[in-house]
Amino acid sequence: MSLLLTDPSKYTDPEAKKRRRQRIWREFLYTVANHSVLITLSVIFMLPLFFVVSTSLMTYSQASARAIWPHPFVWNNYVSVFTAVPFLKWTLNTLLVSALGTIGTVVSSVPPAYVLARLRWKGRGATFVVILATMMLPGQVTMIPVYVIFSKMHWIPSLYPLIVPAFFSSAFSIFLLRQFFTSIPDEISDAARIDGCSEMKLLLKIIVPLAKPAISAVALFSFLGSWNDFSGPLLYIVDNPDIWTLGIGLALFRGVHTVQPNMMMAASTLFMLPVIIIFFLSQKVFIEGVTLTGVKG
Amino acid sequence: MPLSKGNVLVPSRKRGASTSLNPRRKLKVPYLFIFLCMLPWILGFILFTAYPVAASFYESFTKFNLVESPKWIGLENFHRMFFDDPDFWKAIKNTLWISVISIPLRIAFATFTAWILTKPTRGMKFYRTLFFLPAMVPTVAATLSFTYIFNPAYGTINSILESIGIKNPPFWFMDPHWSKWGLILLGLWGIGDTMIIYLAGLLDVPKSLYEAASLEGANSWQEFRYVTMPLITPVIFFSAVTGIIGSFQYFTQAYVASGQVRDYSHSMYFYATHIYTEAFRAYEMGYASALAWVLLVITLLCTLVMLSTQKRWVHYPNGSLFK
Repeated sequence: MSLLLTDPSKYTDPEAKKRRRQRIWREFLYTVANHSVLITLSVIFMLPLFFVVSTSLMTYSQASARAIWPHPFVWNNYVSVFTAVPFLKWTLNTLLVSALGTIGTVVSSVPPAYVLARLRWKGRGATFVVILATMMLPGQVTMIPVYVIFSKMHWIPSLYPLIVPAFFSSAFSIFLLRQFFTSIPDEISDAARIDGCSEMKLLLKIIVPLAKPAISAVALFSFLGSWNDFSGPLLYIVDNPDIWTLGIGLALFRGVHTVQPNMMMAASTLFMLPVIIIFFLSQKVFIEGVTLTGVKG
Repeated sequence: MPLSKGNVLVPSRKRGASTSLNPRRKLKVPYLFIFLCMLPWILGFILFTAYPVAASFYESFTKFNLVESPKWIGLENFHRMFFDDPDFWKAIKNTLWISVISIPLRIAFATFTAWILTKPTRGMKFYRTLFFLPAMVPTVAATLSFTYIFNPAYGTINSILESIGIKNPPFWFMDPHWSKWGLILLGLWGIGDTMIIYLAGLLDVPKSLYEAASLEGANSWQEFRYVTMPLITPVIFFSAVTGIIGSFQYFTQAYVASGQVRDYSHSMYFYATHIYTEAFRAYEMGYASALAWVLLVITLLCTLVMLSTQKRWVHYPNGSLFK
């Protein structure tokens, strides 16, 4: 801008005018190119979702004939899905596992993260390294002995193996919370301590309220983790269809019964809907969480 | 609360602590409080990590079917794996194939989508949301949807391909030669979370570097190649390592998809599928433990190889991996 102000010849000189017009033209082309790439990518990303939702509104004959647009709209599919498969039961089971798992993870991960981030003690560094190492450990290595433990407790099939471990904290959540707790200035704790505040009170009354974004990220990740989990339920609940979760129900039901594709897509839509709503409500928390730790869930 | 007395942190008065600049030095470390806070993790670590790791190491040298107690057979499981189990090699082959193809594709696609999102455009937040959304879709729902959409008889993808002039579109999940491509596309569709990490990396690149490059007369490609690329190598490195580790644990998508299309030729039989099948279909718990330990060794080796080669191509602006 300053160039324009100090050099009035810019407006009068025909050469400069031409250059300016060229620049605007170039910027316009650049914007058009940019948006066309962005729009193409958006269409590619949205197309599968569009097909799923549109199939979920079709009649059976349409859904099995490569149709793109429902004609007529069979909204009733979303009602029939509850009778075609025990959808309500699966949803309630999934909700139960996800809600209890989330509570367990938050309650059991905040205290370790607090003492790792904000107190100095012998062995703290080593403990943190061990926690990072457990994050890297492939689940397959511990899978069989853990299965044996649960089967000795006669917890298979039941929902306990999917809920109880959450109450023993998760390395990922400790890591995410620790990163956030570390960023809270030390002066806050020091001031509280000088005033005679106990560590317990300091954690609950000062640090937890300050760390709400990180705690919501942990809650969100663990809720989504349970909601989306498939391999856990596959090991522990398959033998009892009464306690199936949505993931198991949708994936295995087809093996036993024939399910029409339009019903299947209606069920899939209902399965992803809560997650997508949660995402829109908490996008900021979510993206910050991914960025903070470099991992999802 | 009898405990609280030991936990209260009071600066010692004798030394005149109130004038000190660093009150923490005078404070007693509340070990009991620390222990109680760490307790859930300590118990969880013993029950669900330390003991299981040791137990599966032991079981990998045994024959164990869950009913009888494990019987020591020495290295037999490992011998069987390498010399007497064609499924093992099939799984290894499939896993390596999908890693080699999908990891570079994922890195390229994540870099590209993130890079285009850094261009100052109107509606950038809207596009970012759309690109990210598929990553939120539950794996099972996404996989079921893809097996339907890519179904040659019902699905819409092939009718689109035919209408744009592709005569014989592949049968995707129904065809053992194309099923892995279906899985790769499924993975690329859910690139969102990887993309966000790249986006954060790209937005960290200082603006001044781009200004300097444009003063030097660099075009877009040169700018990308010589400014952006070197500065996001840590992110590329990170996603390459996690990608290799992840592909040896790749399970849900392959399991669900092969269940949908009855994958008789085992084209979607990966390493983690093999562990699951041996453990919970054949009840060969000892052999499956051995397979899991080989997985752990492969994971460690890959990480070590990557870490030892990183000096050659990864540029850390702050000079280290951990800030």
